[in-house]
Formats: sequence, structure tokens, C-alpha cells
Amino acid sequence: MADLTTNFAGIRSANPFWLASGPPTNTGEQIMRAFDAGWGGAVWKTIGEPVVNTSSRYSSVDWRAQRMMGLSNIELISDRPIEVNLRELAEVKRRYPKHAVVASLMVESKREAWHEIVKRAEGTGADGLELNFGCPHGMNERGMGSAVGQVPEYSERITAWVKEVARTPVLVKLTPNVTDIRAIARAARRAGADGLSAINTINSITGIDLDTLMPQPNVDGKSTHGGYCGPAVRPIALNMVQQILSDEVGGPGVAVSGIGGVGNWRDAAEFLLMGCSSIQVCTAAMHYGYRIVEEMIDGMSNWMDAKGFAVIDDFRGKSLGRMTEWKHLNLNYKVVARIDEALCIGCQLCHIACWDGAHQCIHVDRVSGPVDGPVEMHARPREMGRERIVATPIAKLGPPKVHVGPYATTLERIPRVDETECVGCNLCSLVCPVNGCIAMVERPTGLAAESWAERSRANIRG
Amino acid sequence: MQSATNSELAQRFPDLHPALDARAAAVEANRCLNCFDAPCMGACPAHIDVPRFIAMIASDNVAGSAKTILDANVLGASCARACPVEALCEGACVLHGKRERPVEIGRLQRFAMETFYDAGGRLALRRREERSERVACIGAGPASLACAAELRQQGFQVCVIDRRALPGGLNTYGVAEYKLRAADSLREVEMVRGLGVQFEIRDVDATALEEIECASDAVFLGLGLGAMRRLDVEGAESVGERMIDALEFIAAYKTGTPMRVGPRVIVTGAGNTAMDAARAAKRLGAERVTVLYRRQREEIPAFDFEYERALGEGVEFVWATQPTAIAQRGDGIALTCVAVAQDATGKLTQIADSEFTIECDAAISAIGQSPLLELLSQVRGVAMERGRVAINRATGQTANPKYFAGGDCVNGGREVVDAVADGKRAALGIAAWLSKTRAEEDASDNAGIPRSAQDKTGMRGAMRG
Ligand SMILES: Cc1cc2nc3c(=O)[nH]c(=O)nc-3n(C[C@H](O)[C@H](O)[C@H](O)COP(=O)(O)O)c2cc1C
Ligand code: SF4
Ligand code: SF4
Ligand code: SF4
Repeated sequence: MADLTTNFAGIRSANPFWLASGPPTNTGEQIMRAFDAGWGGAVWKTIGEPVVNTSSRYSSVDWRAQRMMGLSNIELISDRPIEVNLRELAEVKRRYPKHAVVASLMVESKREAWHEIVKRAEGTGADGLELNFGCPHGMNERGMGSAVGQVPEYSERITAWVKEVARTPVLVKLTPNVTDIRAIARAARRAGADGLSAINTINSITGIDLDTLMPQPNVDGKSTHGGYCGPAVRPIALNMVQQILSDEVGGPGVAVSGIGGVGNWRDAAEFLLMGCSSIQVCTAAMHYGYRIVEEMIDGMSNWMDAKGFAVIDDFRGKSLGRMTEWKHLNLNYKVVARIDEALCIGCQLCHIACWDGAHQCIHVDRVSGPVDGPVEMHARPREMGRERIVATPIAKLGPPKVHVGPYATTLERIPRVDETECVGCNLCSLVCPVNGCIAMVERPTGLAAESWAERSRANIRG
Repeated sequence: MQSATNSELAQRFPDLHPALDARAAAVEANRCLNCFDAPCMGACPAHIDVPRFIAMIASDNVAGSAKTILDANVLGASCARACPVEALCEGACVLHGKRERPVEIGRLQRFAMETFYDAGGRLALRRREERSERVACIGAGPASLACAAELRQQGFQVCVIDRRALPGGLNTYGVAEYKLRAADSLREVEMVRGLGVQFEIRDVDATALEEIECASDAVFLGLGLGAMRRLDVEGAESVGERMIDALEFIAAYKTGTPMRVGPRVIVTGAGNTAMDAARAAKRLGAERVTVLYRRQREEIPAFDFEYERALGEGVEFVWATQPTAIAQRGDGIALTCVAVAQDATGKLTQIADSEFTIECDAAISAIGQSPLLELLSQVRGVAMERGRVAINRATGQTANPKYFAGGDCVNGGREVVDAVADGKRAALGIAAWLSKTRAEEDASDNAGIPRSAQDKTGMRGAMRG
């Protein structure tokens, strides 16, 4: 079995799966239950001067009858007194010395305030500190959270204040609500941050109730923008993590804790492949409970065993090197769509997607044997008319069903790709509901690789 | 007979399409891939735009979903319950190809329709202007309702005529309770009535037909299977279910609920229906099937190849013979027959003292049509084919251009949805034909416009159907 132990900026844990600062890490009792379930670490719900929260606080985006593709919240930091949080933190640390417990902190932007909270937090035996510069609602209106995280100088200054007194690793949690996350990441590193956590939630309005015309969530007839998280934000988070890690200035060697939409081992593996060294989860634990970590641990170690990775560092960051800028992509590489007729179920979604949304090269004009190569018939999509007379079949009397072709789906319904026109955009293979039915296959162009950067350089020279 | 059939069916399809609630409907609706040129739609005889009505359920536009269904099929609610969806839309669903169960189109349709009716469902007319042409629909079953609704939505004046007190035809009277309750059928009738369709209860005999014809610009025949003329012999009432109507017998056989016949079967009549019935009886296990015909072999109304096939399957024929009486005898029945002679004019006379008796277990009567159909075919030139009204499939028009037909009297007894599709096709046919007739009349009033242009307009109207 693979070894999942993790060392994140000097903080060790049995596995890379940590609970992110949020409702699942609100109390010591919860965190201890989470550790019992298998979580390697937890970042305490942000500690600071206690706030008053609203009721209600969350709203979500459902997608095709699935709940909570994205979650939005207007919750502030902890509403419990600082001393209660710190007393419980000390208790957790005493009972679970091998688990990572990180104190998330947010106080007024005053040097003394930060010095004081850092000392008190470290006094509990916490393994590290996470500075919450990310909260995008409420706290920013009071000059904290993303009000700090959106200005590199503020982030740098406060991180420096913390570093003046901190003895444990200091992590800075970044807000995605910026034009270039690298600017803040660099500022935090300049000030001596030991690691970065990314991302916090994204400014959002999830929706409006069409009966009451009330935007959500509803707090006594008013609403406010919230912080978006959950499965929907994972691609955004992955991109931001990559931006930080690929940054030539602030990137090399930085420890990043990947956060945003992780719900299972696969999502987690992607963040690790991008170069993160720990993973934080909030929404998925809110949705399904702490138990999801069991599946994450098992899935991750099975995958590592299958791939021959003994420890996380064997694959950590392996995909980062595959990321580059557009201008370095090879313009002479060509793929085309190829339909596996044996798998096709005849839904013709690829046809209409290519016809209306791509390059008009998937045709449904086939009536006999496969047609390959540069044929262009451009038959119009068939129209359903009342002329097509259909009656309920009567087994013994009706004409036998006509089935043309050697495949399970009648040939008439299997679309064909005109490979000469296909630009290789992938759209059809993305809409096809059958796994593996449309493959994008390489069609060698016989030309040497050439990127836009090379081509424009050549043009300037020539 | 009927109740045995129903319980058999009930056993085979215990709970046909139980209702979905809104949440379950949304989940099921989201399973639909929204296929392009969807095969489910092609397999629906009424061509309901299935992916569209399902997508509308998914986006919580149930009113739009119901309208989409009703647009293609005014009896969407009965069909949602009565359709053999495995053989139709759901049978064609592409999800089978992924080894998944098909989208539950029938139950989704039922959900949309019930939500629609619960909200007090009413249909709107499609066009504002009234049209003066009058159309009579004879029979108040699904075919007539569909035809009437479509024509009324286009502004025509429509009257539905039926001899029974409650409209709805087989939907009200004939479909098994567990599939479709009479109240549900009547709810649909009310919606059609709400469009402004008139309903009239009257028996259509020769005089009535004359009146209807005079008062209407076109007539739609949605007569259903009706009954064949009963064998008019002494004792016919006494043998009960052993005396079988050929059309009912065939319909039952085709719809998978065959009637039981004993080892010895007599068929009277020698038309195509008689041949069908004789062969069906043979296949259902009768050992000896005998066809009685009052004239000679050369004069049978059946096609030759039908006769040859029946012979080939071992059906026996007795010529120049007529039954005169029928009676229960022991386990079976005894049919008293008499030989008949034919004179040069074709007139038949019974030969004295030629009486003999045949014993059998069932007597199938396949002589003539229902009295109304007989009238129509003999006096009105509505051509018949194998006991059914012959029509142009695309327009529903019969050999008499003023008459259109659809439903069981045309297709010999299929599903409710087939009748609806027939009725709607005929309505479009009627509308096109009436428009063309009107255009022609206008043209003769208005000699300035060349006739050919008028024809073309008429044609395009017909094509659009
Ligand atoms: C209800 C709620 C409260 C949160 N509170 C905090 C907080 O107090 N401090 C903090 O740093 N992040 C907070 N977060 C952000 C999460 O830690 C995390 O960064 C974000 O939800 C993205 O991860 P996810 O997609 O796994 O939920 C909160 C998120 C939610 C949903
Ligand atoms: S890859 Fe794009 S262009 Fe090519 S067939 Fe598919 S959708 Fe069309
Ligand atoms: S999308 Fe896939 S399954 Fe559907 S028709 Fe195209 S190739 Fe076949
Ligand atoms: S065939 Fe099935 S999946 Fe496709 S549109 Fe019809 S119901 Fe939906």
C-alpha cells in the first residue's frame, strides 16, 4: 500500500487530506470526529474577534437535478470567543498529537493585534498558522479578509508582522477575487510566508427565486454576494494553483495547499499533480460528512499502487511541466474526430453540436456501408414530418424492423465525420454520451512542430 | 370475455405507469440526452416532440411541456397511460444502446399532463378567425376527438356525433380501468368541448346520414370497429359467446389477447375478413375450420391469394350453403344449414328439404359490415378493403372525397395513439381539402386569377400537412 504521509511546509500529517477552514472545523469536538474518520489535518474555522452571523447563510446552484454543483455562503469568521476556540484547539492537539492542526487567523490590520493573536494561537500547540486574507464578504467591508488579500502591499505588510513573532510555519490563504493571483502570492513570499493556501471562495450570486424575485440567500428580504465553492470552482482553483506554481518569480519551491471543489481522490490527485503538497476540503465535507475521506484515502492509494508511485512526491507536480503558454503550442499538430460505430447509440448529439456549434463536418447522410475520406454531401438534417407514418407495431403483422448495417445502431443513425473539414476542436467527443465512442486521433501533418512564438519570430526575421 | 381479457392484461402489466412526483420527474427528465432527430419521436405514432417536452419538464416549464404534448396529441393524458410504450417511444430510446433502461417517457408524459389538468388545463385556439366550413365527426372515440380538436383549433365548426351518452368511445368504454379511468377520458373530452366543439348524441341511420351530409362540408368517420352484421338466424341469441364477430375476433388476436375457440370452428362469409378469421382460428389451435358461403367459389369477395392461403392452411369450404338456425347442443353448438340455388339473375333460393346440421364449438360471423359502413360503401362510394375503410394514408381521404376516416375502422383496431394520429392526419387533410375547395370556388368567382396558381396554393397547403 502506498505511503500517503505528507510534509507541507514543515507540517506533517498521515495523509494530504485536510479539512479547510469552515463549518466542518468549527469546534474541537467536530475536528476530533474528523480525525477519527481519517482526515490527516484540519485548519480551524477562522479565529478572530467573534462575529454575529446571519440566518440564512448559504445558497447553491443545482445542475440537472443534481444538488450543489456550487455552494455560496455569506458566513463570516468564527462566532465563538477566541479563548474558547484556543482552549479547544489545545485540547485537540493534546489528544491528537500526530494530526496537523492549523489555526486560521483574522484580526484588525494592526501590528499589535496580529502579534497578540499569533502568540496566543501558537501557545496552544498549533502546528501552523493560516492567515485568512481571502474571505470575500462581510469581513472585507471591515478592512479584513479579501480587503487585505486584494492589495499586495497590505498582504506583504501583515505577513511580515506575523513572521516577526511566529515560530510555526505561516501559510497565507489567497483570495481568487483578483486579476492576477501571482501578485499576491509574490507579496506573501517576499514577507516570508512558508506556504500558500489557494483558493478561498469566489464572489458570486447563485441565483434569484423566480416566484418571489428574491436573490438568494434571503436575509429578511435582502441578499448580498457570497463566496462560491464546491465542484463548480475546481477548474478555477486548479488554474490559480498552476499560475502560482509556474510563476518564475514567486513559484519555485513554494508549498501550496490546494483548495477548491475537491470531493474525491481524483480531484485531489489533480491538485497534487499540479504541484500542491496538501489538499483542503470544505464543501464536500459539508455535503456528505467526514466519511468521504475514507474513499479518498483508498482511491488515492489504489491509484498510486497501480501507477507504481510509492510516495506522494513520486508524482507531485508531474503535470505542471505540461502547462505552458498558448504561444508555445504546436500549430502543426492535428487531431480529428473518429466515431466508433460499434459503440455509437445514434443520439446524433455530435452531429448537431458540430453542425451548429463547430465546423459542419459531422453528417447523418449514411445509408449503407461506412463512408470514409473526403466526401462532402452536406445533407440537411432531416426534418420530422407528419408524412412519416408510424403505427404501433403488431408483432405478427407489421413489417419487420429495418436495420441497416453491421452495428447495433442502424447505420442511418450513425453519423460520419468528414475528416478533411474537421478542425479537431474536441466538441463532439465532449458531447458524446458514450465513453470512448468518439476518439480524437492524430492525423500526422508531416510538418515539423512550430509554435506561434516561433512562427512570429520567423516572420519578423524573414 | 372482456373481464377475463382485462385481468390477463392486468397480470401482464400490473402497474403500467405509476405517477411521478415533481422531484422524481425532474431527475428522470434529466436522464434524457435530448437527442437530435430523436428516435423516440419517430417511433411515436403521434410524433410528439419527446426531447422537447422532457427538456421543458427539466427546466420546470411544465405548462410548456403539456402544450408540446397536446400540440401533437390532444389525448396525451390517455396515451400516457394506455400506450404500449415498450413497443413505441421507450422501445426506440437510444439509452438501450448503452445498456441503460430507457427514459420513462410515458410516466413523464403523464406527469406533464396531470400537472396541466390539475391546473385547470385549457387549450387555446391556434387562429383567431372563425372559418365557416362545417365538419361532422361520426363516432366520439379518440380518432374523432383528435380530428375535431385539430379542426376546431384551426377555426372550423365541428360537431361530434355518437350514439352513446358519454363521448370518448373506447377510451371511455373500452380501455381497461387499471390503465385509464373513464373520468380521465371524460376530462379530455371536456377540454375538447372547451375549444368549442359541439357534441351530439344520435344514432346515425340513413336519414341521419343524409341530414349530416347536407349540413356539413366534410365528414370524418371515426366509427371504430363497430360490429359486423349479426348472423340473422333463428336461435342466434341463445348461444351467447360462441357466436363471435369476426372483426372483434381479429382485433383481439392482434392485440395479443386472443379469444379462445374450440377445436371446431365455422366461419360464415367469404370476404377477406372471413379468410383472416379462418386462418387466425386455425393458428389459434382449431382443428377444423369450415367456411360457409351462400354462393359459388367464383363469386367470393375475398382476393384469390387470400383464398389460396386459407386453403393452404387447411381451411375447408362449403359452397352454396346458408345457415338458418343455431342452437346449443351438448358442449358445442349445432348450426342448421340449407343448400341454396342461384338463378340467372343471381337471385338465391333455398332448396327444399336440403337441410343438414354441422356441429361446432364456435361460429364466427364475417358477413357484411356494420349497417352504417354498409350504407356508406354501397350508397356513398366510400370504398372498403378487407372490412375496413380504405383511405389515403397521408390525408385520411376516402374514395368519396367528402368523407375522411381514421382510427379502428381504418386500421382494424390498433392503439389509442394510432387513432389519435389518424384523426389528426385526417384533420389536416380535411383542412387542406376544404381550403383548396374554397380557393377553387373563389377562383371561379374571380376569373382574373389563373386556375393553376390556385391549384398550387391548394397543393402546398396539402403538402404542409
Ligand atoms: C460556509 C463556509 C464558511 C467558510 N468559512 C471560512 C473561514 O472562516 N475561513 C476561511 O479561510 N475559509 C472559509 N471558507 C472557505 C473554505 O475554507 C474553502 O476555501 C472554500 O470553500 C473552497 O473549498 P471547497 O470547494 O472544498 O469548499 C468557508 C467556506 C464555506 C462554504
Ligand atoms: S472535432 Fe470539432 S470540428 Fe471535428 S467533427 Fe468534432 S465537433 Fe466537428
Ligand atoms: S454523440 Fe456519440 S453516440 Fe451520439 S451519435 Fe454521435 S458518436 Fe454516436
Ligand atoms: S431517445 Fe431517449 S434519450 Fe433520446 S431524446 Fe428520446 S427519450 Fe431522450
